[in-house]
Amino acid sequence: MNTRPEAAPLLSVRGLAKYYGTRIGCTDVSFDLWPGEVLGIVGESGSGKSTLLSCLAGHQQPDRGEIHFDGRDLLAMSEPERRRLSRTEQAFVHQNPRDGLRMGISAGGNIGERLMAVGARNYGQIRETGLDWLGRVEIAGARIDDRPSAFSGGMQQRLQIARNLVTAPRLVFMDEPTGGLDVSVQARLLDLLRGLVRDLGLSVVLVTHDLAVVRLLAHRLMVMKSGQVVEQGVTDQVLDDPQHGYTQLLVSSVLQV
Amino acid sequence: MNVASADNYNFAYLDEQTKRMLRRAILKALAVPGYQVPFAPREMPMPYGWGTGGVQVSAACLVPEDRLKVIDQGADDTTNAVSIRKFFQRVAGVATTETTTEATVIQTRHRIPETPLKEDQILVYQVPIPEPLRFLEPRETETRRMHALEEYGLMHVKLYEDIARHGEIATAYAWPVMAEGRYVMTPSPIPKFDNPKLSDCPAIQLFGAGREARIHALPPWTKVVSLDFEDHPFQASKADHACEICGSCESYLDEVITDDQGGRMFVCSDTDFCSTRSNAQQSGAA
Ligand SMILES: Nc1ncnc2c1ncn2[C@@H]1O[C@H](COP(=O)(O)OP(=O)(O)OP(=O)(O)O)[C@@H](O)[C@H]1O
Ligand SMILES: [Mg+2]
Repeated sequence: MNTRPEAAPLLSVRGLAKYYGTRIGCTDVSFDLWPGEVLGIVGESGSGKSTLLSCLAGHQQPDRGEIHFDGRDLLAMSEPERRRLSRTEQAFVHQNPRDGLRMGISAGGNIGERLMAVGARNYGQIRETGLDWLGRVEIAGARIDDRPSAFSGGMQQRLQIARNLVTAPRLVFMDEPTGGLDVSVQARLLDLLRGLVRDLGLSVVLVTHDLAVVRLLAHRLMVMKSGQVVEQGVTDQVLDDPQHGYTQLLVSSVLQV
Repeated sequence: MNVASADNYNFAYLDEQTKRMLRRAILKALAVPGYQVPFAPREMPMPYGWGTGGVQVSAACLVPEDRLKVIDQGADDTTNAVSIRKFFQRVAGVATTETTTEATVIQTRHRIPETPLKEDQILVYQVPIPEPLRFLEPRETETRRMHALEEYGLMHVKLYEDIARHGEIATAYAWPVMAEGRYVMTPSPIPKFDNPKLSDCPAIQLFGAGREARIHALPPWTKVVSLDFEDHPFQASKADHACEICGSCESYLDEVITDDQGGRMFVCSDTDFCSTRSNAQQSGAA
């Protein structure tokens, strides 16, 4: 499984730290993410998962450390460059679709926004791409002119995914993408995500507190506690044979359920 | 020096310090076509909806030798146009005119005159909302950043929504434009019919928003492009009629209700253009 044909990691993180005043957000985080790889980040509430993700995605400035994306130093990039990158080669899927969608704009407009942002100026083509992506996330094409507010939670989340993937990003950040959804809706979304990740060869950093989600999606797993990485490795290995006491606790508490 | 004609006002109502501040904003706006320059607005003796932004810009531009024309929706004789004209007559003592070719400063609400403008003229627009992105992005910090980084995708999202909903871009007024290939700006609520006149115009065009305290500008001969899609290109359109007074097929028409029986007629919205044409026709016929 873990074949690594590419010579260099897509995302390389070293010694990353973010503080909120004196409180630790996250600290000493280092890892490499390879093309086509899904990295799961798990840990209890307040362990620093969202903080880490927002630093990686450029939503927050870390206090220490380095982030390289495809060999480029993200923290040394100018703001326009960084923002362009986050609209083209990167994407961010929020837990709450309301944070990632424009609720007052049609589904087609939501999907088309990133295309228009990078210069698409042909209405017919933008619409065709919108229809194609609605299909890929299993939303009927007839809904293309409806606003997301008329969609169910699961549909909104799928629309958010379509809106993000339309520019064919290489790296996608996801913060609890299945968080607020019913179990059956979650399962369908997970299947969809798994298919998209495989078909598009996406690299993903996936934050969740749901071990079932990482078991299904993540090739590798990183366990965080109090802002620090306590264990990382191949997902099945970490879950089946946890080394750190905290991971053992985490895994056993899930197995008991 | 600048002595007011009546009362105890400084020339053109505003004090010299304020005019200097406004002129600095205007010069900056002219230096960066389409960029919205903030200014500190002054209390004017009229309500906001009456074009206080335009009035302040005009006041900063006027010199005693000027000849001022004021139009509202193309007409010189509406209450709004008449009272602004009277205001400047009183506080600046400048000559006024209704004839486009004779005016040196023209303050306008919602139209560009039909008669082509000249190099020594200044056209001052009254602007209600200077930010074309406001409708889509309410946060001022974010719209500023979007301008700074030329992130204008959202403008096209608005046009996309129009076409998706109405089959065409339904925007009839304030059609957004790109100034000199850099800043997206609103031309104020002029009909899209007037948009082509914005580009390569010999006159100076100044846009004043009073409530929002912004000035933007187009220096003479600026390239101005109306935003559109390749497969839904911008088209300047007007009612498909001739003016029933002067017979013009080229000018922008207003539909006027003539009685309570549903009677209506199409006439030029530019009253000076219309009367100049009909006078010429009458003297030609005589
Ligand atoms: N904006 C903020 N200001 C101050 N402290 C913050 C802020 N955001 C997070 N923190 C603190 O940083 C630490 C890490 O929080 P973070 O939100 O990254 O955790 P998390 O793992 O995402 O938790 P959850 O699973 O609840 O989403 C916590 O102690 C939290 O209280
Ligand atoms: Mg979180």
